[in-house]
Amino acid sequence: MSSETKQILTTDGIPLEVSLKKAERKNKIKAFLLVAPLLLFLIITYVFPIGEMFTRSVDDKMITNMLPKTFKEMETWDGKELPSEEVFAAFYKDFKVLVEKQEQGKLGQRLNKEKNGFNSITKKLLRQIKRNKIDENQSIKEQIMKIHKRWRNVEYWQAIKRTAPPYTIAKYLKGMDMYIDADGGITQVDEDRRIHRILWLRTLEIALLVTIFCFLMGYPIAHLLATLPMKYSNLLMICVLLPFWTSLLVRTASWMILLQQQGLVNDFFVLIGLVADNNRPEMMYNKVGTYVAMTQILLPFMVLPLYSVMKTISPSLMRAGKSLGGTPFVAFWKVYFPLTIPGIGAGCLLVFILAIGYYITPALVGGASGTLISNQIAYHMKTTLDWSFASAMGLMLLSGVLVIYWIYNKLVGVDNIKLG
Amino acid sequence: MALPSYTETRYRIWHYFYIAICTFVFFFLIAPLFVIFPLSFNAEEFLVFSEGMKNLDPDAFSLRWYKDMIYGTKNPWGLAAKNSFIIAIFATIGSIILGTLAALGLSSRHMPYKGLIMAALISPMIVPLIISGVAIFFFMAKVGLAATHTGIVLAHIILGTPFVVITVTATLSGFDHSVTRAAASLGSNPFNTFMKVTLPLILPGVISGGLFAFVTSFDEVVVVLFLAGLDNTTIPVQMWTGLREQLSPTILAVATCLILLSTIILVTAELLRRRSERLRGINR
Repeated sequence: MSSETKQILTTDGIPLEVSLKKAERKNKIKAFLLVAPLLLFLIITYVFPIGEMFTRSVDDKMITNMLPKTFKEMETWDGKELPSEEVFAAFYKDFKVLVEKQEQGKLGQRLNKEKNGFNSITKKLLRQIKRNKIDENQSIKEQIMKIHKRWRNVEYWQAIKRTAPPYTIAKYLKGMDMYIDADGGITQVDEDRRIHRILWLRTLEIALLVTIFCFLMGYPIAHLLATLPMKYSNLLMICVLLPFWTSLLVRTASWMILLQQQGLVNDFFVLIGLVADNNRPEMMYNKVGTYVAMTQILLPFMVLPLYSVMKTISPSLMRAGKSLGGTPFVAFWKVYFPLTIPGIGAGCLLVFILAIGYYITPALVGGASGTLISNQIAYHMKTTLDWSFASAMGLMLLSGVLVIYWIYNKLVGVDNIKLG
Repeated sequence: MALPSYTETRYRIWHYFYIAICTFVFFFLIAPLFVIFPLSFNAEEFLVFSEGMKNLDPDAFSLRWYKDMIYGTKNPWGLAAKNSFIIAIFATIGSIILGTLAALGLSSRHMPYKGLIMAALISPMIVPLIISGVAIFFFMAKVGLAATHTGIVLAHIILGTPFVVITVTATLSGFDHSVTRAAASLGSNPFNTFMKVTLPLILPGVISGGLFAFVTSFDEVVVVLFLAGLDNTTIPVQMWTGLREQLSPTILAVATCLILLSTIILVTAELLRRRSERLRGINR
């Protein structure tokens, strides 16, 4: 007998399996439709714009669109000796179009970034064109080369050729203090100009140390909160939750008051004779301020996951460890501590993720030596207006954060995030 | 935390050391908030405790910074407070609607790719604010919503929904689905079932998620700094500007009000959490 004859049918005569699958699919679609509005909203307003940041960060179409004829002629140029008459002529034509649109200044500036000295020689070329000094019936190459010696230098033409591709990774290299040199290779900038690498390292250092401080301070109080009787722990929990719910700016402001030179912390140091009254240390506008303020602000994010894990550990386990001959320290280390590792992982990853992208607090109390990569991104967004560079740096930071987020998701699971 | 009488001396010492550390940490967490209170009543313009204040001289205290906050000439706080509340309320409503719907879908056992979608929906909470700020700014500028209330509300819905999703899914994890089936078998349509059966049961989770969304929006400054024009300034933006330029006592008066507000929210959230746990039968 084949299995088909045994099939169970529903009252409508449809095989039960098919009917069940249909119902399942219907349920799936129903569940998905509930999620769809938020998902769609986030994709349009959030995911796509982050994608746009990527296109912005690699976009280098400006010159590609400005010098179309030149780049077409340059395709056959070997790039070793001065280009041919055709390339010069094409460049001249492109340049004249730009002059009509009054966009030659942008070209000069952009090329100047590629190689110093372009700004002045494009201006010289402009002047010659404006005075109608260039005779289109004679060799354009000869005439352009006469304008300035740099036009006779093959390195400048190589620089133009390097700007041909519509996409570039230059912004990412700049974020790591590297650039593409004349040969097309990747070189590091001079040692004294490597500002971005210092910032990345400092961001990592501050995020790591703040995580460690939060762990060292958060572990004991989470333990105390989890072991105290409810009526005391509820009261003490307020000390953790009130800062958690209070405005970030308020907490930063209170640290600015406390840490200033005439502030209470310095008053206290003077009182106990740690420092002289006329020699109060600067505790704000440097790394110290960033460490102190960020640790206090992020501490609740460490305590809450630790607490929720410790709450589930039965106190009889410690008693059992001790009754089996372990000293309290051994019992703690071999029994209690390993059980809290999930909480430690969750808390540390959360604090690290939050710390690495911190912006407000370092900007206010960090001064020059306490600012992080986020501050640099904001600086380029608001002050230099180099949005493609800001996007590139943002995405570099984002990729780091997403890796940690992925680890967090594997270890803890996002659905296990607990709030309050 | 009384120690048993047979405790050895070294453990006794260790125990007191541990209590001392905990006291210090609790002090470290809560004390900075209390510096703000007395200084906001300072009669002088400086942000240090004057001699008069240290001696509790009543003349050293005054309400002048609160008056300045409310009546001060060209003061920005009135407009900022109005904007902050309007934006936060609309952002909260938006977050609650989108977040609760999504949480209902995510809690269904039929939901495909649950983990992946959950991770995606939570991501605005994890991605550094500065990156969210840049991305959202590009979007709002393109669709012409930069420097509008609508743009900021939309941005805050993005940042607020993860909290609603998390709290509501947590509430739904203890939800007994047979009650909705019972309602359906008694002839109720899905909408009615949701309004009369599901919603009342998950309401504590929805409200506490809403509180998170409200606070997120009310406290958010990085994204608003990118999006806001002169008319959309909010309390955090004003505080940010004030703190960057000069720490004035007026800011402390505002900060005191904000601390009071957060205390109210904290108490509400705690009461809700306990009610929700009681309803879900979690006894701790």
